Amino acid sequence: MQQPRLSDQPILTRASRAAMTTMLDAHTLTQPDERTALVYLSVEQPPITVTRDDFRQTVYGCGAALRGLGVREGDLVIVAHTQNLESIYLFWGALILGAIPAMFPTLTEKLDPDLYMANLAELVRFSDVRCVLTTDAFAPVLAERVACPVYGSAALGNTTPLHDAIQPDPEQIAFLQHSSGTTGLQKGVALSHRALLNQIASYSDAIALSEHDVIVSWLPLYHDMGLIAGFLLPLIQGIPLILMSPFEWAKSPAMLFRAISTYGGTLCWLPNFAYNHCARRIRQRDLDGLSAATMRMFINCSEPVYHESHTLFAERFAGIGVNPSMLAVSYAMAENTFAVTQTAPGSPPALDVIDQEALAHTLTAQPVPADHPNASIRVSCGRPIPNAACRAVDDFGAVLPDRQVGELVVQSNSMLTGYYKRPDLQPFRDGWYLTGDRGYTVEGEVYIVGRSKDLIINAGKNVYPQDVEAVVNTVAGVHPGRAVVFGVPDAREGTELIAVVAEVNDPDPESQKAISQQIRQRVAQHTTVTVSYVTLVEAGWLIKTSSGKIARAANRSKWLAGRGETA
Amino acid sequence: MGLCRTGAEMNEQEIREKLRRFITKELIRDEKYALADDEGIITNGLMDSFALAELGVYVESEFDVYIPDPDLTVAKMNTLDQMVARVLRGLNV
Repeated sequence: MQQPRLSDQPILTRASRAAMTTMLDAHTLTQPDERTALVYLSVEQPPITVTRDDFRQTVYGCGAALRGLGVREGDLVIVAHTQNLESIYLFWGALILGAIPAMFPTLTEKLDPDLYMANLAELVRFSDVRCVLTTDAFAPVLAERVACPVYGSAALGNTTPLHDAIQPDPEQIAFLQHSSGTTGLQKGVALSHRALLNQIASYSDAIALSEHDVIVSWLPLYHDMGLIAGFLLPLIQGIPLILMSPFEWAKSPAMLFRAISTYGGTLCWLPNFAYNHCARRIRQRDLDGLSAATMRMFINCSEPVYHESHTLFAERFAGIGVNPSMLAVSYAMAENTFAVTQTAPGSPPALDVIDQEALAHTLTAQPVPADHPNASIRVSCGRPIPNAACRAVDDFGAVLPDRQVGELVVQSNSMLTGYYKRPDLQPFRDGWYLTGDRGYTVEGEVYIVGRSKDLIINAGKNVYPQDVEAVVNTVAGVHPGRAVVFGVPDAREGTELIAVVAEVNDPDPESQKAISQQIRQRVAQHTTVTVSYVTLVEAGWLIKTSSGKIARAANRSKWLAGRGETA
Repeated sequence: MGLCRTGAEMNEQEIREKLRRFITKELIRDEKYALADDEGIITNGLMDSFALAELGVYVESEFDVYIPDPDLTVAKMNTLDQMVARVLRGLNV
C-alpha cells in the first residue's frame, strides 16, 4: 500500500466530526489521487486495484448515467447485483444524486429465481422504488416481474461524468439497509447522513482507527456488517479496502489470509461461524508463506460469540502470527447503523463464567468457578462505543441491575430515521430502541444471552423459523401445519444449525426418503439457508400448546432429549 | 484415516464409498441417507457451499489429492460422480 501523506485530512473521529457534513465528504471522493481506494480479489482473476481517482471518476460517471435514466434526489434505487465493483459504483453514483441506494441480496446458485423475483417485486410494490439495477443477463427477466424500470449494465452506457455532487441535508435519508429476514417483506432501515457519520466517528474512536489501517472483507454488502464496516467505513475514511465475494470466500476461505498477507491487512470483521470455517477448512499448504502479523483486530460480530471458536482460531493460525489479543467482539445492528459496543483494541474480550442452570431458571448470570458442573463461558461484547448507551430492562422497561437478564435497549446518535415507508413500525420505548436481544451487563460490559423471539442465527444470517416452516408445510406428505423448525447450537460449526421435525403418515422408507429430500431441496431453493437435520415423526409426536399451536421450544427440547442432549 | 492404504492404492469403488460415507455422515448428518451417485448434493440442498471447502480438506487428508480452489465449485463438485472423477484425476497426475 502507498504510504499516507501526513498533510491529509485526518481520520474522522469525534474530535474531527465537524469536518464532514454528509457521506459525500468521504475522503476517497474529495481527495482523488493515485492512492488505493480498494482492491477487488477473486479466485481465478488477477486483482483489480482501484485508485481514489478511478473511484471518483467512475462514481461520477455512474451518477451521470443514473441521472440520464431519470433518477432524482430522494428516489429509492435498488442495487441487486452480484457483489462486484459495479454495485459499489452504482451505490455511490446514486448517493451523489441525493437518491437513496439500497443493496439487495444476490441471487445465488441454489435459490429459486422465481421466489427471488417475487420478493423483489414485493419490495418494489411497497417501497415505491424508482428503478432496480442489475446484470445485463438478469435485467430482461426481472423487468417482466417488477413494477418499475430495471436496468442492466449496458443501459448505463458511456456518459460524461457529472462535475458536482449535490450537497444533501445531513438529516436526509442517505441509504437503506434491509434487515435480513429470509423471506417476506423486508424492513428497510433508513439511515441519515448524520447517523452514518456519527457512527463512523464514534466507532473509529472505539477501534482506534488510523490512516495506517487496511480493511480486508469478504462480507456481503447487503448486510450491515459488510455495508458499514466492510465498505462505507474505509471509503469515507480513505483507508484501503481489500474486498472479495462472499460466495468465493465460502468455497475458498484461505483467500482471506492471502489478502491479509499480501496487502498488510489490519482489520477484519467476521461472524462467529467464520472462525470455525477458517480454522477447520483451510488446508495447511494454502497457508504456506503467509503472515497475519499485521492484523490489529479480527472483530467477531453478527451472531453469538463462542469462546471455543476464538480458541480454535487463535491456535490454528498462531503459526502465521495470529494471537489472542487480536480477537475482538462487537455487538451491532442495522438500526443503530452498525456498532453498539466494541471490546478494547489490543486485548482479548473479557470472559464471564456463569452458572448455566441458574441463568435458565432465575434469569441471573451468577459467576461460578470454571470447573463448576454448570459452568458456561460467556464472551463480553465490550462496552458501548462513544455516544451510545446499552442497558438491560425488564418487561416493563425498568432498568435491571448488573447480572440480571433482560431485553437490551439502545440509545445513540446513530439511530435509524425509521423503517422506510413503514410508519406503523415503531421500535422505540421511552426513547430507547428495543433490540429484541436478551442480555446482561457487568460493570459496563455487555453480554448477550439470546433472543426474545425464536429467531435463529445461522452463519450470520437471521432466520425466522416460521418462514422455513411455511416452506416445509408445502412438501407433499408432510401434515400441513405439523412441522417445526428450530436452531441447534453446534460447537464444531460455531453457529446454530437448522433442524426440521415434521409429522408424516407414510411409514414406507422410500416415501420417507423422498419427503426428506423434498424438504431439504425446497428449503434450499426458497430460503437462504440449508437444513442440517431432517427428522420425520409419526402423527401426534409434536407437542402443541393449549391453543393448538406447535410449541417450538418444547419440541426442540424433546428432539434434543431424543438425541441424548439437553436444551 | 487410511492407516495402510494410500489414495493411489484404492480402487474407484473404495473411493466412491469413502466419499459417500463422509458426505452422509459429516456433511448431510444422516448416515442412513441413501445418496445416489448422480444426485445434486448442493443444488438439492443436501449441503451448502461451505461444505465444499470441507470436502477439499477431507480429500487431501484421505486420498492425498489437493484440489485447487478453482475446482471446488458447485458446477464441478455437485455430485458423487463428479467428486470421484476429480479424485481419480488427482491420483493419476
